[in-house]
Amino acid sequence: MLTRRRFVTASAIAGAGLAAGCAARKNSAWEFLSEKDARTLTAICDQIIPADDFPSASQAGVLTYVDRQLVRHFQRFQKAYIKGLNHANLLSRKRFSLDLAEATPQQKLQIVSAIEQQNPEFFELVRSHTLQGYYGSPRHGGNREGVSWRMLGLSEPPIRGSAQYDLASGSRP
Amino acid sequence: MKRVNAVVIGAGAGGGIVAKELSMAGLSVVLLERGKWYTPYDCRKDDLRNQRTAVLGNAFGPEDHGNPRVWVDPAGAEHIALPSDGIYQNNAACVGGGTFSYGAMAWRYLPQDFRMKSTYGRPEGSSLEDWPIGYDDLEPFYEKAEYEIGISGDYSGTPFHGPRRRPLPMPPLPPNREFEILEPAAKRLGLHPFHIPMARNAVPYNGRGSCMRCRWCVGFACEVDAKNGSQNTVIPTALSTGNCELRTKCMVKEILTDNGGSARGVAYFDADGHLQEQPSDIVVVSACAIESARLLLNSKSRLFPNGMGNRYDQVGRNLQGHHYTGAVGYFDFDTYDDIGPGASIAVTDYNHGTPGLCGGGLLANEFIRLPIQMIDRMPSDTPRWGLGHKRAMRDFYKRNIVVMGPTQQIPAADARVTLDSTVRDKWGLPVARISGNVHPHTFEIGKKQADRAAAWLKETGAVSISRFAGKGVLVSAGQHQAGTCRMGDDPRSSVVNKQCQIHDVDNVFVIDSSVHVTNGGFNPALTIMAIAYYASEALLRNWKGTQFRS
Repeated sequence: MLTRRRFVTASAIAGAGLAAGCAARKNSAWEFLSEKDARTLTAICDQIIPADDFPSASQAGVLTYVDRQLVRHFQRFQKAYIKGLNHANLLSRKRFSLDLAEATPQQKLQIVSAIEQQNPEFFELVRSHTLQGYYGSPRHGGNREGVSWRMLGLSEPPIRGSAQYDLASGSRP
Repeated sequence: MKRVNAVVIGAGAGGGIVAKELSMAGLSVVLLERGKWYTPYDCRKDDLRNQRTAVLGNAFGPEDHGNPRVWVDPAGAEHIALPSDGIYQNNAACVGGGTFSYGAMAWRYLPQDFRMKSTYGRPEGSSLEDWPIGYDDLEPFYEKAEYEIGISGDYSGTPFHGPRRRPLPMPPLPPNREFEILEPAAKRLGLHPFHIPMARNAVPYNGRGSCMRCRWCVGFACEVDAKNGSQNTVIPTALSTGNCELRTKCMVKEILTDNGGSARGVAYFDADGHLQEQPSDIVVVSACAIESARLLLNSKSRLFPNGMGNRYDQVGRNLQGHHYTGAVGYFDFDTYDDIGPGASIAVTDYNHGTPGLCGGGLLANEFIRLPIQMIDRMPSDTPRWGLGHKRAMRDFYKRNIVVMGPTQQIPAADARVTLDSTVRDKWGLPVARISGNVHPHTFEIGKKQADRAAAWLKETGAVSISRFAGKGVLVSAGQHQAGTCRMGDDPRSSVVNKQCQIHDVDNVFVIDSSVHVTNGGFNPALTIMAIAYYASEALLRNWKGTQFRS
């Protein structure tokens, strides 16, 4: 059984190496995504969470979150991302003769709505990862400087526990 | 390996207490736990990696690699489930088990919860049954759990609880803003709101300090060690006797049987993956409902070809947890003050007595309000993405209250754990295969409970309300999993007797939520603890040295 355990552990490490190897795209600043993937994903994420008074998804670091996890906890979604991003560009070229990243904001919105209809599994994947990256802990690369938490009115860095009380008067502020 | 009196498998709510009771009585005990021993230092407050929101994995086990299960959906299709998937029905794998990262509501079940069949009759197609023991049998042990583990709260506001001899050992924490908003509305509706009993220090207790009120309870370790589980109460006590040895990262392979049909110990993989045998006089299985059933089914021998205790194909049946239903109310003023533990107020008026329904459940406000948990709890007319969703998050994050509760689940015999014939874990053991569903009457109760939560929020002044209900396609188990080794007098319809002893094998006991016949309309932790004290006492009463006979 020891051999089996060692084998499983060894193969897991080999598997991780292999995945990282497949993903090593030349001339990309990202761990998994190619530069083109990143531009396409930016276009989609920023429709899911656009900029207003507060940053958009990509401005808050959502791509860092997704890219990092695609070679870690989200390894099993690598294929879905490559396929889904290619499909997004296909849709955009077919309709506007442009890659999605080059389209106008109006055109991007149309394409992302089309993805939601035609490729719902991929859309839900990107939607949930985008929201996780934006509203989750900054330690994972998204929600840069806790920007979404500040948007919601939470203190950043978080003040928790008895520090919320006005200790001098013994009551809540 | 040196023979010991008892091997206890699983250092959670049940096993921790059994280890303490047995070692205090002078028995030599080995406590085996497949996970690690974490400390308050391991509380990372990571909202994407914890036992509640596990999108990046479970913080307190099991890890995704090497621990799969198989889930069979209602159409019969099989799915491989990883521990961080909802369909896995995970609890935890660490010293303390679920109690290390639970929300720590510490409810006693009501007297009717032990007599469901005689109170309501058995709905067709269900396996609803009475417990062979009653509230009165457990009352002294509920009290013992409340004092030894450490529970705060105040029952004086409600008549809906069983008789009790002593009040809780600690007062409740002062009310938070949600309590203040919800309490008068509940009273106007004629309900009896009160402070939730919690395994949490409201004042210094048991040598540890009090809650700092940070609201990061459920899913997380307590940073200041003010939340009480088996890992910081009974397990340290067990170890301090000198009679108990805790071995972590040890996965039990099977219970070993001698030629006479008694257990002679266990085989387990140690932290380095080496197969070991630990001989013992008795074996106590406390691995939680899914894993306890799996271990018994994996313990096959000449005398027990279908697994230990499984002569009548009962092991693994009646898997149940709780379907949570409730409502979110949206307000035009701030309701959120970020004061922990969050959940503060409950009513138990609805647990029993509704004509046409077999029980009900408690209703309470929710623990945490992590932004990530609110993304799909916006008002029903909110777009799912885009600027509209972002604005709704901004508008309603601090202006909503969630009221919900665990619905009394009507058990069904085909909601069950079996062994998968092909999928193996990293030790090469067949994994748990989860199939079936709860009885549909459960959803009728859940729907009524959601309506009641909505009515409470409406009276509170919510400007809009969304109801939510559990997913009906899923068997519900998760952190409240129970029922797979039913307690009963008849060996043909149950697995253990009223002392938690397997009918077939007099020196093997199942002492955890597996023995629950029904699971109440309450979080089950305190009942698991009370049963562990109760069953330990019975075990010690019948202990005749190394030759155990009932």
